[in-house]
Amino acid sequence: MYAQLVKTSRAKAPEEMSEQERAFQARIDRGEKIEPKEWMPEEYRRTLIRQIGQHAHSEIVGQLPEGNWITRAPTLQRKAILLAKVQDEAGHGLYLYCAAETLGISRDELIAMLHSGKMKYSSIFNYPTLTWADIGAVGWLVDGAAIMNQVPLQRCSYGPYARAMVRICKEESFHQRQGYDLISKMARGTPEQKAMAQDALNRFWYPSLMMFGPSDKESVHSAQSMAWRIKINTNDELRQKFVDQTVPQAHYLGLTVPDDKLAWNEDKRAYDFSEPDWEEFYAVVRGDGPCNRDRLGARVKAWEDGAWFRDGLAAHAAKTRGAKMAAE
Amino acid sequence: MTDDRCEYALRLGDNALILSHRLSEWCGHAPALEEDIALTNVALDLLGQAQLWLELAGAREGRSADDLAYRRDAGAFRNALLVERPNGDYGHTLMRQYLFDAWHIEALSALSRSRDAGFAEIAAKAEKEAAYHVERSAELVVALGDGTHESHARMQAALDALWPYAGELFLGDALDARLAAEGVVPAATSLRAAWDASTGAVFAQATLTPPASAFAHKGGRAGRHSEALGPLLAQMQFLQRAYPDATW
Repeated sequence: MYAQLVKTSRAKAPEEMSEQERAFQARIDRGEKIEPKEWMPEEYRRTLIRQIGQHAHSEIVGQLPEGNWITRAPTLQRKAILLAKVQDEAGHGLYLYCAAETLGISRDELIAMLHSGKMKYSSIFNYPTLTWADIGAVGWLVDGAAIMNQVPLQRCSYGPYARAMVRICKEESFHQRQGYDLISKMARGTPEQKAMAQDALNRFWYPSLMMFGPSDKESVHSAQSMAWRIKINTNDELRQKFVDQTVPQAHYLGLTVPDDKLAWNEDKRAYDFSEPDWEEFYAVVRGDGPCNRDRLGARVKAWEDGAWFRDGLAAHAAKTRGAKMAAE
Repeated sequence: MTDDRCEYALRLGDNALILSHRLSEWCGHAPALEEDIALTNVALDLLGQAQLWLELAGAREGRSADDLAYRRDAGAFRNALLVERPNGDYGHTLMRQYLFDAWHIEALSALSRSRDAGFAEIAAKAEKEAAYHVERSAELVVALGDGTHESHARMQAALDALWPYAGELFLGDALDARLAAEGVVPAATSLRAAWDASTGAVFAQATLTPPASAFAHKGGRAGRHSEALGPLLAQMQFLQRAYPDATW
């Protein structure tokens, strides 16, 4: 979700596994947590690095679309809420990078891979925030979709990731409520505000559905991740859950979900709905979304412009250490 | 609240509001994640302080902090010119912050002993936050001044550029004198010696040299601002101005 296309091979059958791999799988099946210093299959480690790295990058790039409205927030309170929220995202990025570092990769290496395009971040952050209502829609829909995926990950098999998720989920659900509160105010406001709220839902609905990744029919790469319990539910399960939760909220707000086929299906006790445009999804993932170049460009610029600052601090720290050692 | 006290609260509130806004422009773009988080903390503290001072300033006329922040034009703002200076590179932002923080802590410490309970209460709360701000900004000024050749050059350039905006913080006027005589605020000039001492020590440690000139730009407290304030307000006030009947 924040990691949409992390491919693994098909799950190994027990007879294909080494003794060590069988013991590892048995621990996971018993619900034990895997901790950093313990043995793990190389593929498990690599997959987790990709998954946690993508998640961390998504938090950092995700600061940008919302950051776009901080300086235009309409009241002091809304501004404080938004600043604190975007700050939380930086914090999430920080602990996720730390979680990834326990797998033997540095934050600098991960950031270099983000900047070179070798690692991805969630497709959702390549869509623009055009009105203040979009800030509500991001909280309500995007954080809502993120929570849907992240709550089960609190039970994932890798200890540091599971624990990071516990903390992140608490903050994300707070953000979601704030987003819903913002868009409720808009949906019940002046005709112009209401139009902005509807327009935000129109633009963010399908990109939010894309956050769960391709349909299970297409996604043949998750069996191993599920066996390892670093992916808990399938993409379609989570997408369905998200739609079922969100549609009544939209109705409550008096907003219309932009889907003619949306209908309650009594037999399956869930909504039928249209799939997003998967062509568009793959284009965005490839780099051809509305904001890909701007988003990555902003991150690279921040990093490059800040090089002198980081070097300066490191040089001072080295001098201070040197002076201390000389004195001892 | 007398007119004088409202006006003084407005000066404090506008300083906090405008500086917070400048810091918030960095959110998501700082040179390291830890910096992004720390700078946003400072922005949030200042925003909270702005809210309190502006509520105090507007209470008598029945204007809310939001009314004051979002419905005044530049000429009605009372902040010092220093805080509206554009961010520049990260060194400029940090230097602006340090020059302000070193004044702020002295001002708030004196204000926390104000005879006006409303002033004293807000200042006591803000002083705790400002103590952390100045500790952080001083450390960074020292580290970067004493870091690489480039970081030193950037910090020296920032100090040279911003120095002429620091003096305004210590200029007294009639209002300042009246309130100081009542024991409500410290005389602006009375804060200078402590500021000179603390900044002098930090700049020495940072191997930075303050310009010799004592020239100081002024006008902020009389509503005569630099060109930098208008665009900041245009952005900050956009929604309230474009949709005056809306609530948010």
